[in-house]
Amino acid sequence: MNSPETNLDLQPWINFKGGEWQKCINVRDFIQQNYSPYTGDGSFLTSATERTRQLWVEISALIEQERLKGVLDVSSDIGSSITAHKPGYINEKLELIVGLQTDAPLKRAIVPNGGLRMVEAGLQAYGFELNASVKEAFQRYRKDHNQGVFDVYSPDILACRRSGIITGLPDAYGRGRIVGDYRRVALYGVDFLIADKKREKAELNDMVFSEEVLRSREELSEQIRALEELKQMAASYGFDIGAAASTAHEAVQWTYFGYLAAIKEQNGAAMSIGRISTFLDIYIQRDIEAGILNESSAQELIDDLVIKLRIVRFLRTPEYDLLFSGDPAWVTEAIGGMGEDGRTLVTRSSFRFLHSLYNLGPAPEPNLTVLWSNAMPKGFKDFCSRVSIETSAIQYESDDLMREHWGDDYAIACCVSAMRIGKQMQFFGARCNLAKAMLYAINGGVDEKTGIKIVHGFEPITSEYLDYDEVVAKFEQMMDWLATTYIKALNAIHFMHDKYHYERIEMALHDRDILRTMACGIAGLSVAADSLSAIKHAKVRVLRDEQGLASDFAIEGEYPAYGNNDDRVDDIAVWLVETFMEKIKKHKTYRDSVPTQSVLTITSNVVYGKKTGNTPDGRRSGEPFAPGANAMNGRDKKGFIASGASVAKLPYDAALDGISWTATCTEGALGHTLSDRVTNLSNCVDVFCNANGFHVNVNVLNRDTLLDAMEHPENYPQLTLRVSGYAVNFIKLTREQQLDVINRTFHLSF
Amino acid sequence: MIQNSEVKHLGVITPACVDEQGRLSGFVHSFEMGSAVDGPGMRFVLFVSGCQFRCLYCHNPDTVKMHNGTIMTVNNVIEEIDEYASFLRTAGGLTISGGEPLMQAHFISEILYLAKHDLHLHTTLDTQGFLAGHLEDEWFDNVDLILLDIKHIDPDRYLELTSKPLQPTLDFAHRLSAMGKKMWIRYVLVPGYTDDFEDVEKLAEFVATLDGVERVEVLPFHKMGEHKWEELGFRYHLKEVQPPSPDLLKRVIDQFRKRGLTAC
Repeated sequence: MNSPETNLDLQPWINFKGGEWQKCINVRDFIQQNYSPYTGDGSFLTSATERTRQLWVEISALIEQERLKGVLDVSSDIGSSITAHKPGYINEKLELIVGLQTDAPLKRAIVPNGGLRMVEAGLQAYGFELNASVKEAFQRYRKDHNQGVFDVYSPDILACRRSGIITGLPDAYGRGRIVGDYRRVALYGVDFLIADKKREKAELNDMVFSEEVLRSREELSEQIRALEELKQMAASYGFDIGAAASTAHEAVQWTYFGYLAAIKEQNGAAMSIGRISTFLDIYIQRDIEAGILNESSAQELIDDLVIKLRIVRFLRTPEYDLLFSGDPAWVTEAIGGMGEDGRTLVTRSSFRFLHSLYNLGPAPEPNLTVLWSNAMPKGFKDFCSRVSIETSAIQYESDDLMREHWGDDYAIACCVSAMRIGKQMQFFGARCNLAKAMLYAINGGVDEKTGIKIVHGFEPITSEYLDYDEVVAKFEQMMDWLATTYIKALNAIHFMHDKYHYERIEMALHDRDILRTMACGIAGLSVAADSLSAIKHAKVRVLRDEQGLASDFAIEGEYPAYGNNDDRVDDIAVWLVETFMEKIKKHKTYRDSVPTQSVLTITSNVVYGKKTGNTPDGRRSGEPFAPGANAMNGRDKKGFIASGASVAKLPYDAALDGISWTATCTEGALGHTLSDRVTNLSNCVDVFCNANGFHVNVNVLNRDTLLDAMEHPENYPQLTLRVSGYAVNFIKLTREQQLDVINRTFHLSF
Repeated sequence: MIQNSEVKHLGVITPACVDEQGRLSGFVHSFEMGSAVDGPGMRFVLFVSGCQFRCLYCHNPDTVKMHNGTIMTVNNVIEEIDEYASFLRTAGGLTISGGEPLMQAHFISEILYLAKHDLHLHTTLDTQGFLAGHLEDEWFDNVDLILLDIKHIDPDRYLELTSKPLQPTLDFAHRLSAMGKKMWIRYVLVPGYTDDFEDVEKLAEFVATLDGVERVEVLPFHKMGEHKWEELGFRYHLKEVQPPSPDLLKRVIDQFRKRGLTAC
């Protein structure tokens, strides 16, 4: 066994197999050396203990109060930081894992570093007032991210923002999508992490003090400070996390403290926890073997952690919730997958995390994401399928595709964005609206909704019938312009975010030298593809208004629609994805980040649709887009296998930030009996992944249930369903979003 | 009485039909890819058109007239299936339903042959068996599983319900049993029509005498086909009938289970 070169106390590592991980920070190596793959089924699992049930009942009562009020309470007197709040508890006597974002459960913090404006708007919307001294500090002494961005935005960016061709930009709040390696806190203890950051900083002592080096040194100093505060915060709860965790209980608590520090300081659009289940399983397994834990007490630890992850809250404006559906935090935990050596990364704790959906009932958070590989043990696959059928609360992503790019220790930021843990981060770029860009191409840069000229230097198409080649040529030019403007906006946002709202603690749990990606995105893929298909395969006549704008389109004949496994249109969708990616790649990105893109919308497809006029595919003005890479509602007429086959053709290489597909079917459509349904669903996911499908949300629903839930939300506090990449609490959606979900293709079968 | 039938060759099988190039063709109503309720696993379901029955509860009345379907060659059909062949090999197979597939026995026989020998798929045939007496045992070699619809066990009520006699179906069931074919028996449960306790008992007793029955599927009547009757300008006789209650469904399933049958 290697002798450790670090000065760590060896006691916490007793009975662990040594290796590289003892010489330098290397959580992956620790996992590989020590984890126990599990190939059985879920029969070992235990139900919630009385204590867990009681704690859940107590917090559920508060969650119901919150639902009625919108926001339960806000700590509006103090700008949040790692150490800003005194310890808070749900019920101290009952909690195994402690720590809240503020001093009381569901009481939201304000994070003015992201943008004071957003904080004020959020407070006002829910009847709270901002503390005068916080306001003064940010108006007089301290600039925020939001101000920084708007200082540099150009008129064309502002015009795009207003017209909605680019939407959801993280320019007024935290960008999120950065996943700290919270496991490091447990494995090494904070003292070692501080020492290591000091080492990283010292390595730069003799370098030329260029802008990059100076920025790095300043960031490292901030990281060290954040780690010290993390230690302080844990101490306020009575724990010394300077040393490594020595039991499973401590490992869960230490890991959670790391995460808690992050969500105290950042209100990012998505705050994933990473990939912790198999890591924690090593500690649990060791304690079970030592007789310190049994199955029931192990499950209790996981259930308790999950309760904490279910009550992560950020203060946002009602408009934000409209865009992102409900009140999301995207506490994504990636579960399962295969190791590079061919052993499965499924452990008993992979089951335990999913089992919390039974012990506590279904819920959208944490966002449980199964990394699916055909090679995973059947027992786990079938367990996942059963959980999907009974709760609709999990999503699947192809581990086989991602492992090839990101190794076997990646996590998922937000919904579908894979990144090596502690070694990679992304600059979240929301998305731009390709369907609208096509209308701009037809209308010479004039917005079809407002009649305002947004893009200069473009001539409209004037022919009565749209010509495919002419539309494609103009569309390409418009995409060039859009990519240029889009990257300008993203560079501005991330430059300012690093400057004014730097993620100190999350980056402290990364290596110093990391890979950064610029995560662009597109919306309206199926609308754009179907429109081009209509122009190509049918005849599309332009109907112009008094201003001469193409305000509507008449389709003569029929056209193949995306989502039916028909290459005549699926090839157009592939072309769109590849073409826009090429155009993005031409631009210089901030911090030399690697450009990627996603085909992902949450339920923001509703908002995108609202802002887009009539399109040549026959879609009416204001009608919602399909979510993510889905076919348009009702146009995928051949059932969900054909629909999935169309989606699977979109190349992951041209959309490395992820491609999201939501499949909704009724329970009966999966088979007559539960065991038929489980087998069929496992097979479907297998085959989808075999066909290079990347991601699928599985909703197994009953239309009547949803209609009833709209009328009687109080009866369905936990009704969960999946939209692109994310599970939402159905009753928190707006009525419009609820109807959209119901109208999305229900794949009925009879 | 049930077993010694004289009635063998009721009805007619449509003569083989070819297109201008002489390729074997047939009338297809539609395809559905990914059905999980028409045989084991996920199925590619080929609905052919044409049926001699006029079942009161039919949910696909639009498939009754053969000529309402689209003419397709065997090869066209096989190409459609081939798109999903690798999926189907893992997850399920091909099911031919209708309509009544045996009306176009020449057409589907070729499809079954190619599905079995070229695409290596599991094949299932969904039929009421009325025309099966016209076909030799060998005809069924390329069928792995028969979904045999027995719509009622009482001959008079069967006639009322379907407009055709029961006996050929029972004969076919015996023949399949003797051939050692695998079968799933399907029974549509319609309150007021097929839910009589004694009738179900008789049916269960009959099914229990057959070899090769892997499961009995009790399909609750639903009204999702009602609008099709209206669109076609037909009168829908079951307007007032509601789907069976969960209790009734359970009672009928249990009647089969008591005979040692796997029922769901």
